Amino acid sequence: MSVSPSRILRNVLREEAFYFFTSIGNYTGESASSLEEFMNKIKEINIKSLEFHLYREDFEKWIAQTLGDAKLADEVRGVRNLKFVGNALRDRLYNVVSKRAKELKGGHSASK
Amino acid sequence: MKIKGQALALDDLDWRILQLLQEDAKQTYTEIGQRLNLAHSTVYDRIQRMEQQRVIKKYGTLVDLEKVGVRHITAIMTIFTEPKESEEIAQRLTEFSEVSEVFTSFSEELVIIAKVVATDQAELHSFIAHSIAPLPGVLRIRTSIVTKKYKEETLPTVPNYAPSKSRER
Repeated sequence: MSVSPSRILRNVLREEAFYFFTSIGNYTGESASSLEEFMNKIKEINIKSLEFHLYREDFEKWIAQTLGDAKLADEVRGVRNLKFVGNALRDRLYNVVSKRAKELKGGHSASK
Repeated sequence: MKIKGQALALDDLDWRILQLLQEDAKQTYTEIGQRLNLAHSTVYDRIQRMEQQRVIKKYGTLVDLEKVGVRHITAIMTIFTEPKESEEIAQRLTEFSEVSEVFTSFSEELVIIAKVVATDQAELHSFIAHSIAPLPGVLRIRTSIVTKKYKEETLPTVPNYAPSKSRER
């Protein structure tokens, strides 16, 4: 079942947001309530947090289960398989998410 | 036991009875009386009064989870909060079964310190990420997982707190 771009791009409830941690139980204070916000956080969040969540598969689970975007979840899984760390990981992840966000926004505005 | 203003003042004997109850709350009045050279009726009266006045809040059981093979981890969370939300967050924490103790503290910043018990690290993380981090007013969280416990008592040992006879004079 395909999910509409507007649904994927929506703002989720506070309890459904993505909360960025750097390790078990260590919350950075940063969260994302939408794909747009998630994309922007990728640029600025502590790199330890990106590495922590990517290799726990947290990003792909949130994207698939909360936002409902199976396609982006698959692409994020692909990034994980590259086993990047540091800024190479940040850049690759940002590219994948921003490309998909642009695609969804295009579809979203075209469908209006 | 006397009432001084709003506080209840325990005498030396009350404190000694409390100390013995903390060592073993299953002791009989007679056993406590024998150890303190008191009639069991005196011990009974004093314990009754302390229970009625809620000085003794409850009798509990400390379970050794290791011994029964229950997989668990204990963690100490330090939660940094917006000052005006601190009280509310502390109250909310008391409602979670995973949280066994909650304190507020002020040093450089207002923080809440809470003890959490979970079956493993994955459950601990999930609990903090899904139940604690989303609470309004939570700014950030630091969590330390306990690796070894050296002491566990419900209260500090009584002699440090009890008014000694010399101080009472």
